[in-house]
Amino acid sequence: MLITIIIPFLAALFVPILHKSIFRKLHIGWFVLFVPLVLFMLLARSIPSVSNGRAFVHAFEWIPAYGVNFTIYLDGMSLLFSLLITGIGALVVLYSIFYLSQRESLSHFYVYLLMFMGAMLGLVFSDNVIALYLFWELTSISSFLLIAFWFYRNQSRYGAQKSLLITVSGGIAMLAGFLMLYTMTGSFSIREIASSIHLHANHELFLPALVLILLGAFSKSVQFPFHIWLPDAMEAPTPVSAYLHSATMVKAGLYLVARFTPIFGVEPVWFWTVSIVGLVTLFWGSFSAIRQTDLKALLAYSTISQLGLIMSLLGIGSAVYALDFQPSSLILTSAAFAAFFHLINHSTFKGALFMVIGIIDHTVGTRDVRRLGGLMAMMPLTFTIALIGSFSMAGLPPFNGFLSKEMFFYAMNQVQAFNLFSISTLSALFPILAWIASILTFVYSMIIVFQTFFGRYKPDEFDRPPEEASFGMLIAPAILSILIVGIFFFPNVINRHILQPILLNVYAPLADAMEFDFHISAWHGFNLELFMTLGVVVFGAIVYKLLRHWMKIYGLFPEKWSFDSLYHFILERGEQAARSLTNTYMTGSLRHYFAYIFLFFIAAVGGILIYTGAFSIATNQDAPITVYEWIIAVIMMIAGIAIIFATSRLTAIILNSVLGFSIAGLFVMFRAPDLALTQLVVESVTTALFLLCFYFLPPFKQEEKPARNFQWTHALISISVGLVFIFIALAVNSNPMFDTIAHFFENADELTGSSNIVNAILGDFRAFDTMLEVVVLFLAGIGVYTLVKLKKGREEQNIEDQ
Amino acid sequence: METLMILLAGILVMAATYLLLSKNFIRVIIGTAILSHAVHLLLMVMGGLKAGNVPLLGENAAPYTDALPQALILTAIVISFAVTAFILVLAYRAYKELGTDDLEKLRGVDDE
Repeated sequence: MLITIIIPFLAALFVPILHKSIFRKLHIGWFVLFVPLVLFMLLARSIPSVSNGRAFVHAFEWIPAYGVNFTIYLDGMSLLFSLLITGIGALVVLYSIFYLSQRESLSHFYVYLLMFMGAMLGLVFSDNVIALYLFWELTSISSFLLIAFWFYRNQSRYGAQKSLLITVSGGIAMLAGFLMLYTMTGSFSIREIASSIHLHANHELFLPALVLILLGAFSKSVQFPFHIWLPDAMEAPTPVSAYLHSATMVKAGLYLVARFTPIFGVEPVWFWTVSIVGLVTLFWGSFSAIRQTDLKALLAYSTISQLGLIMSLLGIGSAVYALDFQPSSLILTSAAFAAFFHLINHSTFKGALFMVIGIIDHTVGTRDVRRLGGLMAMMPLTFTIALIGSFSMAGLPPFNGFLSKEMFFYAMNQVQAFNLFSISTLSALFPILAWIASILTFVYSMIIVFQTFFGRYKPDEFDRPPEEASFGMLIAPAILSILIVGIFFFPNVINRHILQPILLNVYAPLADAMEFDFHISAWHGFNLELFMTLGVVVFGAIVYKLLRHWMKIYGLFPEKWSFDSLYHFILERGEQAARSLTNTYMTGSLRHYFAYIFLFFIAAVGGILIYTGAFSIATNQDAPITVYEWIIAVIMMIAGIAIIFATSRLTAIILNSVLGFSIAGLFVMFRAPDLALTQLVVESVTTALFLLCFYFLPPFKQEEKPARNFQWTHALISISVGLVFIFIALAVNSNPMFDTIAHFFENADELTGSSNIVNAILGDFRAFDTMLEVVVLFLAGIGVYTLVKLKKGREEQNIEDQ
Repeated sequence: METLMILLAGILVMAATYLLLSKNFIRVIIGTAILSHAVHLLLMVMGGLKAGNVPLLGENAAPYTDALPQALILTAIVISFAVTAFILVLAYRAYKELGTDDLEKLRGVDDE
């Protein structure tokens, strides 16, 4: 199974190479097409064994010390998602071959697409949450790259940034949730967490972990109020919208919720949050979809709405856990069943619709419903596919959307019938909200069909004359529309082989207790659900007819109250705050930076000195002081203080030399003749250099003369630094922690043949250090030389330029 | 002796810090030079002062004074010399190019 994750990444490596060599003439997409096709077949081969309840596990150690491993786990749920990823992936790649011309930077496109495919497969196969997080963020990044594929467009960059910011923030929240789970259970494996979580249900981190993980799922699956990124993500090329932003990536959040239902389902908060957020998203998405004039934006809101539908079903399904598997509650497993069934159906009809919109955009150059109309005669095949997709989305027979829509109504009615958690008013809202949202869904589905293909034909609005799309472009959506009809007539094929095993994954404790023998059928008799569907059609038709009058509702919400404005507000304020904060301390002034360093030194080192109470003075070990030493020390102290108040450069330089030569004198007294010699030579050269600069640089300016402008803050900082230095040095000198190692070097004569120990250390024991020191000297020499010489060279250059 | 030297080094550090915080390029450079003097003294003190003879084998009898700090300081002197020389020339260049030795005027411009 590991190979299924690796293959897309490997293929991504080959794409740029092949694109430059073999596929110079031929579309590189044909090569890429093999990847999802082969993977789909590989995965499809495991359907029979998985549908018998088998699961494949394969573990690779990554960071075993922390329990972080790549554990590949293939069960019914992973299988469904991986089949969607590879199946829809293959169709999208096929479609993109005809959608994207050779002039686009195809190698980038397919590298990102393959990267996404691998990451998404890794996401659904990972049993380890850290690996899952890694792949999760990788899908966000590849989505970012794909949305910004036409990066020269302002809107594309905006949409890409928005999607990345929102999904990655959610991802980080999710990571925090995972770490909390680890703190509770001591494991990163989803299966192990699920088996031991019931011991920790009262842990104080349980609820925060739940909320954080839901944040991740909601931001990825565009749930209200994180839905705002999806409409802007529609700037991506249409194959990407069909693939990432309707069929696969945005379903990762649903996958996460389904996966974690066995872990968090016992907590009623999970049920309430997931189902209510889902319902609100369902309603808000369908409500907002109607006002859209851009067909892709309409589909984006419709995707938001449909994902909300599935999310609410998953929430209701989780109530079985919260109700502790009471026999009467088991009927709610049908909600989870409906969720996964609708998930498949949504991928088929939404994929087909996106491709159809892409075809229209590609052919006539616009996807604005106000400019479109009357295309049926010109594009009959495209029309047929659009009709099938839209009617399926609206929940009409004979298309698969009808089946899952009826099951959705059924589940919602059960919530009311059960009066879950005995809050009758709230549970009554479930079916009502669901029904209203379905009417709105019906309306926008009709907008797609009727306003695009019927109505007045407006040829002068089009950039190019309409004509039927090329055969290649129609293959992929046609396959999807055949599936839409096929699933309606033979739903139980999917039911038995794919949906039943998933229910066993979601409701693992029920695996032995009961058989999930859901039978999907189109005709249930004249029950409540059928009447609800009839009501949707009737009311939907009325709303659609009177659409112009309804549109006024949208004027009631001022633009500045939208979540988009909130997002912009936060972004702008964040940028402003960051800039003003940075500007306050990054002043560009060297003395400020020095001041930060010194203040930190005082606080950290001085603070530790006080905190540990290490300060002590012991003078009993001190060597005696002779008169000469007193004289030199006093001279140096005076020179050191006087240099601060020096009013001319010459004084400062001379005082500096006084210090340097006095140090040389001290070295003589401290039995260090080599040091004294070196210091004398160096000090002479340094003084010469200073005097050279004295010649070239201007005198101290009047206002800088420190006698007139003594800086008390600076004085305070420097006195503190000096005091900390003195205290540390005294404390260290008073408490020798270990003996000197100098005796080792007293064998210098035998070891190196040198009787001068200092020379032996420099030239032999630490020869490598000395060599590097010489390198530093050499580099400084080069630096000095170039800095002195550079000017001439540039002047010559200037002459040449003239 | 050690205590006196530590006090001396401390005063030098104070002076160096004050000079580093000033606006004039030359004063900053002098500050770095003084700071390295102070550190050399500190290293010397940490090895113990006048605890033995000059570390030349054969000249005198043991005990010798600690040779390790001396070796370290020798390296440090050379390096600090290299650095001082480099910044001096840098200051000279900066003045030639920009016409000022005032660090407050060398702050650069905002990126935006």
